[in-house]
Amino acid sequence: MLKVENLRLGFTAGKKTLAAVDGISFSIEKGETFALLGESGCGKSATAQGIMRLLPAAGRILEGRVSLEGEPLLSLSEADMRAYRGGRMAMIFQEPATSLNPVLTVGRQIGEVLERHLDLRGAAATERMVDLLRQVGIADPERRLTEYPFQLSGGMKQRVMIAIALAGEPELLIADEPTTALDVTVQAQILDLLAKIQVDRGMGMLLITHDLGVVARMAHRIGVMYAGELVEVASREEFFTQPRHPYTQALFEALPEISRRGLKLTTIPGQVPSLAAMPAGCRFADRCSHVMPVCREVSPPWREVANGHTVRCHWQGEAAEESATRHAVTELDIDPGKSFLQVADLKVHFPIRKGFLQRTVGHVRAVDGVSLAISAGRTLALVGESGCGKTTVGKALLQLIKPTAGSVKLGGSELVGLKGRRLRDARRHMQMIFQDPFASLNPRLRVGEIIAEGMGALGVETDSAARAAAVAALLQQVGLASEAIDRYPHEFSGGQRQRIAIARALAVQPELLICDEPTSALDVSVQAQILNLLKKLQAELGVAYLFITHNFAVVEYLAHDVAVMYLGRIVEQGRAEEVLRSPRHPYTQALLSAVPAPHLDSHTELIRLPGETPSPAKPPSGCHFHPRCPQAMDVCRLNYPAVTGVSATHTVNCHLVG
Amino acid sequence: MMGFQVVVLWSDILIWLLVAAGVGVGVLIAKTPPLLAAWRRVGANRVGMASATVLLAFILIGLLDSLHYRAQLESKPGQKAVYAIEVLSVLDALAAPLRSRNEKTYSAPFATRLYAKETIDLPGQGTVRDYPRLKHGGKHLGEREDEVAEDAAFTAFKAGVLAFIGWLGVFAAVATVNRKKSPKLKLREAAFAWDAVLLTLLLILVFAVPLFWLSGYYHVFGTDKVGQDVLYQILKSVRTGLIIGLVTTLVMLPMAVLLGIVAGYFRGWVDDLIQYIYTVLNSIPGVLLIAAAVLMMQVVIDTNPQWFSTAAERADLRLLALCFILGITSWTGLCRLLRGETLKLRELEYIQAAQAFGVSSWRIIVRHILPNLMHIVIIALVMDFSGLVLAEAVLSYVGIGVDPTMTSFGTMINNARMELGREPVVWWSLVAAFSAMFILVLAANLFADAVRDAFDPRAVA
Ligand SMILES: Nc1ncnc2c1ncn2[C@@H]1O[C@H](COP(=O)(O)OP(=O)(O)OP(=O)(O)O)[C@@H](O)[C@H]1O
Ligand code: SF4
Ligand code: SF4
Ligand SMILES: [Mg+2]
Repeated sequence: MLKVENLRLGFTAGKKTLAAVDGISFSIEKGETFALLGESGCGKSATAQGIMRLLPAAGRILEGRVSLEGEPLLSLSEADMRAYRGGRMAMIFQEPATSLNPVLTVGRQIGEVLERHLDLRGAAATERMVDLLRQVGIADPERRLTEYPFQLSGGMKQRVMIAIALAGEPELLIADEPTTALDVTVQAQILDLLAKIQVDRGMGMLLITHDLGVVARMAHRIGVMYAGELVEVASREEFFTQPRHPYTQALFEALPEISRRGLKLTTIPGQVPSLAAMPAGCRFADRCSHVMPVCREVSPPWREVANGHTVRCHWQGEAAEESATRHAVTELDIDPGKSFLQVADLKVHFPIRKGFLQRTVGHVRAVDGVSLAISAGRTLALVGESGCGKTTVGKALLQLIKPTAGSVKLGGSELVGLKGRRLRDARRHMQMIFQDPFASLNPRLRVGEIIAEGMGALGVETDSAARAAAVAALLQQVGLASEAIDRYPHEFSGGQRQRIAIARALAVQPELLICDEPTSALDVSVQAQILNLLKKLQAELGVAYLFITHNFAVVEYLAHDVAVMYLGRIVEQGRAEEVLRSPRHPYTQALLSAVPAPHLDSHTELIRLPGETPSPAKPPSGCHFHPRCPQAMDVCRLNYPAVTGVSATHTVNCHLVG
Repeated sequence: MMGFQVVVLWSDILIWLLVAAGVGVGVLIAKTPPLLAAWRRVGANRVGMASATVLLAFILIGLLDSLHYRAQLESKPGQKAVYAIEVLSVLDALAAPLRSRNEKTYSAPFATRLYAKETIDLPGQGTVRDYPRLKHGGKHLGEREDEVAEDAAFTAFKAGVLAFIGWLGVFAAVATVNRKKSPKLKLREAAFAWDAVLLTLLLILVFAVPLFWLSGYYHVFGTDKVGQDVLYQILKSVRTGLIIGLVTTLVMLPMAVLLGIVAGYFRGWVDDLIQYIYTVLNSIPGVLLIAAAVLMMQVVIDTNPQWFSTAAERADLRLLALCFILGITSWTGLCRLLRGETLKLRELEYIQAAQAFGVSSWRIIVRHILPNLMHIVIIALVMDFSGLVLAEAVLSYVGIGVDPTMTSFGTMINNARMELGREPVVWWSLVAAFSAMFILVLAANLFADAVRDAFDPRAVA
């Protein structure tokens, strides 16, 4: 149905045009989902925008053909193209928050498409809109039609986006990372919805993603992109059982998962070449473990290895040799020993202020009674969906946010309420690594200055020569060249920046590192490098980690202990084996079941949660989870369940248990 | 050789301090790669560099006009040296012919006769009413009064050719240096927009050299009511405009930066207080505030004549006071902008990382916040400049601007206004003042655009 042939797209930068997409060809049949998989910057989004002819101002279509049902799209006039866009092909974007117009009602936005493409107006259009919203699973569609985007939650916005995309009855739906910005439980709902609609309507779908789990859940055929080129196209079965391109194989190898606990992850060395300096031969050559001399000279041709499975690689071998390179880096059974950080009943409430006099009209209970204990050398993973208060817990531990109540005891001494010098001394023992490596380094300071800042402030090394030596040693420890000292953060990639941030935190020799989603902004291959580094540092230095994340694969891979958070409270905690293998809380069970696994055999039993996390300003009565809990009982609506011990280390807050 | 006494006016001190600060900032920028990269982008912008060249020409005039002295009066040997009451500048000395060759009253550009009929006593013919000959304008023509056009065109051509030859010299010098640095690169492809600079320079030279050459023989822009050359007035106005534009920002900058950052970083009651102050200031019409302040200041100056030894000093102080008043009323915009940006920055993770290390608040402000606000400050400075030059013109026009004895675009326009009603109309003062101001403000605005583009993080992908 859709046929893309030798498409080349470029972006003009100054006087040059750099090809971001360099000659890719694929086709999508009716009723088929074709997934385009690749790391950030490899040209996935540019491809989608090129097909829709929605490239940004600097973008140019350099060459190639795109045809829908045999009709060439690239030679159409802009006016004709507009009839295709939203009509025969529609697109959903990554960020639901910014892809809807904030000043128009939902009804107006859907109505526009109906009017433009189906010539529907008035009552007929309203009826159709209600119908569409119902199809995408929005309750009370009549009311929602008159609402504005800000009145909808993230998942609902994405549903509305899908409704808008479906309004023109497209034959082809392009979904660019449709669930990346959503929580796992909501992602599961949206993926289900997309799959169902696609089957019902027999649409073709181009799904763009970087997540192998989503691919496994959705795709019929998969194209792997690397540095602007397609390198492998395979059916779902072939792709997951016999990936042939070294890059694809490496992607699988780099995934953290439970079977690799305690083992070093295989990483892809180096990084994606920049657009301006593409190598002549195979673009993966610098990072490939099978590289041969011919690879650097001749760009590999397409080769069919099985029916419908093609690959661009000179290497004729099949499976990656199962890693002799893998070896254990951490012991998983470190003795829990005595915990050195004890958090009891920690609360952080943010006042909601309104009006001219800034009266407090209520509180956002971001953290509402959290108790934790962290022992030396172990990793405690704090898991939960966005907005449940994970980051706030981390910052409150460090006293970056003043806790409203509760206590944080470090080796017996209380931190809450400390000021000035005493607080500074205490901070030596704990440091934090932030989520976004692009926002956590001051762009105006040199790497050396960034790393030395903490030492200066906490008086760790006062002698400047000793400090310079310490910085060099730290850089080496996190795997950066020592000449990095004099460079600025913008000269580094995301993964390298995260290493700098880790070095900065380690500079004051803390015993506890609070890692706030340290890999969520990174690609799989880079994530593996950072996870390996964190494990290595733990083994060498015996630091404990509080690992804040929403990524269960990472938790399964490295956590010793797990605490699951929902709406400001911990609902289940215990040893990783206990919580992950035999979760007792319905929320934990649902979370685990919602995570799309990058395997062919997906979950046997699917638990789907309805709705989304309520606002922490108005938590539901009784058990916070009861409006979404599939097993809710009457008592759940009245009382918050007390802590129940399942084993010596495993506790759950649920009326079902105990 | 006549002696002289150096006079340092307050505004001179400030202007030269600004030059020094500019050089200092330049050195600092050269050492900070991100800033240097941004300025390189400004340097690559053709329009930006062309307007910078024009601005530099104006600044040069302003600087020449900021070296003041009093000439020694002729005195008998052995007597104590006595100095003229009049304070002159290097520019005055260079443009001495322009300054001293005054006519009686209005005369049009390139005129040889006054603009008004007068009763002249002609020997032998009695009194006639006619346009009298000018004392200076076109004097060299003698009887050939009707050959002004040919004479002027020929002189202009001569001067133009000379200017072009001079420019060729500059061009050759730049090209050789460029060739030495990067042999393969043509000038057009160099990272710095030399082509734009050279072209602008050519335009300036080809326009200015003949103009000044001719001004030796004619009043090229005419003369005003008291017969003073309008070109000379324009040259003198440049300094006034520059001082208003630059010193005012100097006054408001520390206030805006400090208050903006403090409000955004510390929040709480400090923020409330600062917001309260600038909201109140903003809600009073600026002109009223300025008018009130200027009138008060005038009373103070008038009641204390003993403070000033020369009229120039008095006018100078009044100019500075105007800068202060403008500065105090115009910091609110930048302050608000910086407060908002600081609010955003303080939530950034690198600030939190610094807080986690227990780095003190002031150090965080100086090390982490201020450098990351620099681009906003620079953009605001350059953008405000032209606004302030215009504000001076408006205020002087309304009569609450600079001292009436001080030449500025505003006073020129104000004086010319009266003559617009007469018939035939006296247009040249107004047109000349407007054109000069237009060129200055346009250049400043175009330069501001280039700076903004270069510093705008979104443009830098
Ligand atoms: N507006 C633009 N101007 C210049 N270059 C651009 C622009 N947009 C994208 N690029 C470049 O084009 C390449 C492909 O970008 P694209 O957004 O398609 O990547 P992607 O695979 O979708 O990445 P992500 O997973 O981060 O969304 C990148 O190298 C990017 O830097
Ligand atoms: S062509 Fe060569 S370098 Fe490229 S992926 Fe295949 S083996 Fe590796
Ligand atoms: S307490 Fe009730 S509502 Fe809450 S999780 Fe348990 S069963 Fe569900
Ligand atoms: Mg993308």
